[in-house]
Amino acid sequence: MSYEYDQASLPDLLPLYYRRLFPFSQYFRWLNYGGVTKNYFQNREFSFTLKDDIYVRYQCFNNQSELEKELQKMNPYKIDIGAVYSHRPSQHNTVKSGTFQALEKELVFDIDMTDYDDVRNCCSAAEICSKCWTLMTIAIRILDRALKEDFGFKHRLWVYSGRRGVHCWVCDEAARKLSQSARAAVAEYLSAVKGGEEAIKKVQLSDPIHPFIKESLKVLEHYFEDYALVNQDILGSKESIDKVLALLPEDILFKGSPLDLLQNDFLKVKTAAQRWEYLKKRVHQMQGSLKKAVYGDWDIMFQYCYPRLDTNVSKGVNHLLKSPFSVHPKTGRVSVPIDLKLLDEFDPFAVPTISLICQELDKALEGDEEANDKENEGELEQKRRVRDYKKTSLAKYMKVFEQFVEKMEQSWKGELLKKSDQQKDF
Amino acid sequence: MQFSGRRQKIVRLTGDRQADLYPHSLQFYGQPPTENISLSEFETFAVDRLKLLKTVENLGVSYVKTSDQYATKLEGEFRKLHFPYRVETDEKSLDTEYDKRRKDHISHFILRLAYCQTEDLRRWFIQQEMDLFRYRFHILTKEPAHDFLKFNNLHYESISDEEKNTLKEELIHSSYGFSGPKVEEHDFYKVPFQDALDLVRGRKVYLREGLAYIPHQEIVAIVLNDFRTRLSKALAITARSLPEVQSDERLQPLLNHLSHAYVGQDYSIQKNIGKISLEQIDPFSTKSYPLCMRQLHKALRENHHLRHGGRMQYGLFLKGIGLTLEQALQFWRSEFIKGKVDADKFDKTYAYSIRHSFGKEGKRTDYTPYSCMKIILSNPPSQGDHHGCPFRHSDPELLKQKLQSYKIHTNGISQVLDLVKGMHYHLACQKYFELTHSVDDCGFSLNHPNQYFVESQRILNGGREIKTEVTQNETPQQIPTNPAPKSATAPEENAAKTKGATKDAGCK
Repeated sequence: MSYEYDQASLPDLLPLYYRRLFPFSQYFRWLNYGGVTKNYFQNREFSFTLKDDIYVRYQCFNNQSELEKELQKMNPYKIDIGAVYSHRPSQHNTVKSGTFQALEKELVFDIDMTDYDDVRNCCSAAEICSKCWTLMTIAIRILDRALKEDFGFKHRLWVYSGRRGVHCWVCDEAARKLSQSARAAVAEYLSAVKGGEEAIKKVQLSDPIHPFIKESLKVLEHYFEDYALVNQDILGSKESIDKVLALLPEDILFKGSPLDLLQNDFLKVKTAAQRWEYLKKRVHQMQGSLKKAVYGDWDIMFQYCYPRLDTNVSKGVNHLLKSPFSVHPKTGRVSVPIDLKLLDEFDPFAVPTISLICQELDKALEGDEEANDKENEGELEQKRRVRDYKKTSLAKYMKVFEQFVEKMEQSWKGELLKKSDQQKDF
Repeated sequence: MQFSGRRQKIVRLTGDRQADLYPHSLQFYGQPPTENISLSEFETFAVDRLKLLKTVENLGVSYVKTSDQYATKLEGEFRKLHFPYRVETDEKSLDTEYDKRRKDHISHFILRLAYCQTEDLRRWFIQQEMDLFRYRFHILTKEPAHDFLKFNNLHYESISDEEKNTLKEELIHSSYGFSGPKVEEHDFYKVPFQDALDLVRGRKVYLREGLAYIPHQEIVAIVLNDFRTRLSKALAITARSLPEVQSDERLQPLLNHLSHAYVGQDYSIQKNIGKISLEQIDPFSTKSYPLCMRQLHKALRENHHLRHGGRMQYGLFLKGIGLTLEQALQFWRSEFIKGKVDADKFDKTYAYSIRHSFGKEGKRTDYTPYSCMKIILSNPPSQGDHHGCPFRHSDPELLKQKLQSYKIHTNGISQVLDLVKGMHYHLACQKYFELTHSVDDCGFSLNHPNQYFVESQRILNGGREIKTEVTQNETPQQIPTNPAPKSATAPEENAAKTKGATKDAGCK
């Protein structure tokens, strides 16, 4: 019906989106970071993907108004946010070679469902479904906890990418100032699944079990039964059982009982949950006779569920990442913030598409027209915009964004006062 | 600088020495030196530090860095080269200690100039400076270490017992090898995680609220990390201002050569000048010459001529083994006139350049004989040339034939060729030495043709036991690990330095 999204309609929908719905005010408040550092917003690189896959980099703006005008003029299909540079990005060619440098950027993470293809039964590639979406939930829980409790980062924004993954924007000042090697170290700390196509066993836990692993394990244990045993049914068929058993060290498998026999024992046990219990029992039994501590069952849980992040995205200070509230051209879905308080209820399929919200807006305007005409006149563009998105399904996601920005603003207020006092700037 | 507790009087530094400039035996080299120094001090300091760093490199290869032998040998080198390493509390040595620390400071900054230019040089320099720093920090006791850190604004907050108790389980499980009692015993520090990236990266440390909880022994790693970061940044900055420095003609030659410098003996001062007669040269060439010189001599005898590269390489070698200028002139003249050169022409052209290489003409530089490194790396031979290193520059087949013609047995030849294949030219030549002198182990680490000659003469003239201790260092640019014994044929290092003739540090 008319709510169906069609990529071909983007050129018609985007103008409406950028005029009436894109949250310029909060967006600017966020990226300006309270104006504490001079030219922070002005030296920020944006890149646009335009119609027909035209890609333009080094876009920058002096203020919110310029940003608005440009977006409304270009109507980009996709917006990426890059780093804050030493100079206006638009001048990168005129500046003396070597001196144009990326100085700061949020610490970002990108979790992509395709990285789990080897452990997903239900979908592959760009597809996602409610069964495998749990992987994202698990990833967010584990990573967010660590970023908050281990690293002390307070301002973390999780965003649905619009198709098959999630992004995290860590906006603390300390995070923005991290060097490339620091970012790589953080990403490394958070990684546990290692190995590409060639590797079968991608997780090997050993003593000492770091507190981070212990905490992550708690999350995995919470979700594992429903996600892996029931939904993904990893112990359901011979084939999938084989895959799981391939992850156990040989000592556990073969000691006293050749592989086949083990599998037959499995098939005798009826439910997936019971099979898992059986496997765990075997692992713990065998543990006694081995010299080194082996965590076979934990290894399996990690390999099937633990977050897989692309360290390259996190490492580069100048890496460009899709902006929140950018539209995904293939699905039409808006990249919306995720409310962590309602994480388990988040449904990627309920995220509004641009065609939906434009429809909703049109409908709302029709209804309002007669009633509010006079009031609408002379109203600030901004205010109108706020009322506008509130009439659409974007409302609840905007709220998350607004709260996020407000929380940051509270931390800057003190900064700005301090600074202006120092400079005697009134 | 230091208050002595034992006696009641305050001890002062003498002369121009500024109190408080060098309060510790080591430093982060944060500020460059601002005084004026003479060119010769500039050069001496640089060469000495280079020797120190090369020792650090070699010891690091041969010994475990925490072993006693490493410590003993390294400390010996510190003392020999007058570099600081330990907190000296003897007042009498206040001035000396200051001087050592000043040398340490200045020489570091000079070497930055030479080693900032390429990625490889920087990496090498940073590695050795880090090892040097690590050792000096490691021997500091707790209080001086604490003072040093405080002085350099590195505040590592140690955690209270209460906090340690609360976090006991976590601390036990985040540091490998830490049991409950060990955690109780040791001090833990809280540092921002950005300062402990190596530990964070490997998840080898407990993190909370952005702070890493580090046991005392790991603090060294943190400090080192800091040192490396600072030095790396500094080198990048230095590289940018280098063109200006290099345009100073006084510094240019030294800086260019430092990064390629051979720092062993340069054989420029010969104690055996005049003790060699021209008749001895032919037998020397088959018995005591390294292959490169044997080859050059043979070519000279056969062709009655050598081209420029060969004349330089062989001519300087001859000077190194003890030929006087007069002997050299006679030697070359008598050979050349057998060929196509008449006496007149010789006197007008070739004689001049021989005198030049003895420092008797032109800018009067007394050129030093080429080291193996220089021969292998620079001025490769082309058609018609006989200079260079045969192990490096000869076709292996031809090399094989040559060795066969010298009656070296097949087994030996294949050993030599294997070493050549692995590009271990110094070792190949050492093997050649062993085969021609019938010894199992040449007993020295070869890096200079004149050294080969000296060692050979020593064996042939008796009076030296074959060393049983194997010299492990098989890298090029090696400082001979056995300093020349006090025999008549051995030149003295220090004399060479002070002569000023070593301006080129052995390389051209």
